[in-house]
Amino acid sequence: MSLVAQQLLLGVLIGGLYGLAAAGLSLVFGVLRVLNVAHGELIMLGGYAAFWLFTLVGMDPFVSLLVVVPAALVVGALLYLGLFASVVRFSDETRIKNSLLVSFGLGLSIHALAVRLWTADERSITTSYGGRALTVAGLAIPELRLLSLAVAFALIALVHALLTRWRWGHAIRATAEDWQAALLVGIDVRKAYLLAFAIGTGLAAAAGGLVSVGYSVSPSIGLEWTLKALIVIVLAGLGSMMGTFLGGILLGVAEAASAAAFGGPYREVVGLVIILLILVARPQGLFGRS
Amino acid sequence: MLEVQNLTAAYGDFPALADATLAVGAGEIVALVGPNGAGKSTLLGCVTGLLRPRAGTIRSDSRDLLVLHAHQIVEHGLALVPEGRRLFGQMTVEENLWLGAFTARARAVRGESLARVYGLFPVLAERRRQLARTLSGGQQQMVAIARALMTSPRLLMLDEPSLGLAPRIVEAIFETLTAINEAGVAVLLVEQNVRAALRLAGRAYVLEAGRVVGEGRARDLLEDPHVRRAYLGPLATR
Repeated sequence: MSLVAQQLLLGVLIGGLYGLAAAGLSLVFGVLRVLNVAHGELIMLGGYAAFWLFTLVGMDPFVSLLVVVPAALVVGALLYLGLFASVVRFSDETRIKNSLLVSFGLGLSIHALAVRLWTADERSITTSYGGRALTVAGLAIPELRLLSLAVAFALIALVHALLTRWRWGHAIRATAEDWQAALLVGIDVRKAYLLAFAIGTGLAAAAGGLVSVGYSVSPSIGLEWTLKALIVIVLAGLGSMMGTFLGGILLGVAEAASAAAFGGPYREVVGLVIILLILVARPQGLFGRS
Repeated sequence: MLEVQNLTAAYGDFPALADATLAVGAGEIVALVGPNGAGKSTLLGCVTGLLRPRAGTIRSDSRDLLVLHAHQIVEHGLALVPEGRRLFGQMTVEENLWLGAFTARARAVRGESLARVYGLFPVLAERRRQLARTLSGGQQQMVAIARALMTSPRLLMLDEPSLGLAPRIVEAIFETLTAINEAGVAVLLVEQNVRAALRLAGRAYVLEAGRVVGEGRARDLLEDPHVRRAYLGPLATR
């Protein structure tokens, strides 16, 4: 029993990262109506950035978020201007198709570059406090992963606050709902797109940094994380940052539960089953609006 | 205020506007009437910068609008109440209104603007915390007009504001348009309710198959045989 509880707990902890990974992709998809399948590669880049800052200059991975995330905002803005600004000029259907092509190419390029620069080895950050764990009611809670969950939640809460309180946050939400109506009230929707893409990239990089400390990064993790993020988006639905975070935790718990019930190899199956069930029963997602 | 000259627009190979010329002077109410598919909404789309014309010029107070982006045209003082209202349905009434005051020029006076639109539509003040999509059709139309007014326009354009509304509500909304106009805002009204539109407007244009086929004082067009036959019906006596 306690073994199962322990696994479910670990599921919650990784679920927070799923939520963070999905939040950025969800924001970009919801606002720009483009699907960036290179999102996982952006997570991977964030992971390597944290890894190298730790390895080369000894920067603590949680401190390095203060460097990595702002840098990712800039990278996101440049990626938008260089690649996606031309995609959002098209009608909605063409946008999706073109964005898939563009971002698939981007993902392959980043992957190839990462293998070339950093080899295909798995890397992870081992901090001095990495092995510590709290014990609560017989359950061991790894402090590092608990801290990662807290940071993930704080970042989601920050973005939620930006979207509901900041002037341009309102503009981003308005653009997501109806970009032509947004233009008609005088919002420069290209700027809203740029901001949303930059924030989405920042969230991806933050998720990557947390992955490199609690788990590990290698050039090939991109696709896996894009898939996790997509599952969470289908599960949670669009339009709510907190809903996405909860969706991530649900996926983490569901994976842990199926691993406990059917064995480790079934961990990856549960997400795909969730997609099927949600698409049949509640296509707008658990927390999404129809 | 607004000068549209020789405007030609098309969707792919399908022509929507051919050489349309129209003007709205400061403080005027101008109606633009015509059948479905005549190009009325296309014309508004070109003026607001949502659509790009093939040829022609659109100027406002000697400013070339064709070089401006849609959001800059709002900043310049032209606002559109689009067909179907296009509210931000997941947001409250007041959030919709604040978004109307997004541009720097509108933001500077947003407190006064809000008081003014709540004065015009008191029911919106009562419902300001309600999600826009949960309002009735008439109230949604009021939010759409109020949101456009929050941009501090000098020209307010409306695309079929009476669509799908009960006659009593249409009457109330048209009365409000008069009040808005009396406060110094020029109005360009696109309407399928031709009789009501011509009664409200000072001047009017008739658009058919992308061409301006009639123009003049609204009062005269109400008596025009072609207009009466095509838009007011054979039994039109009033």
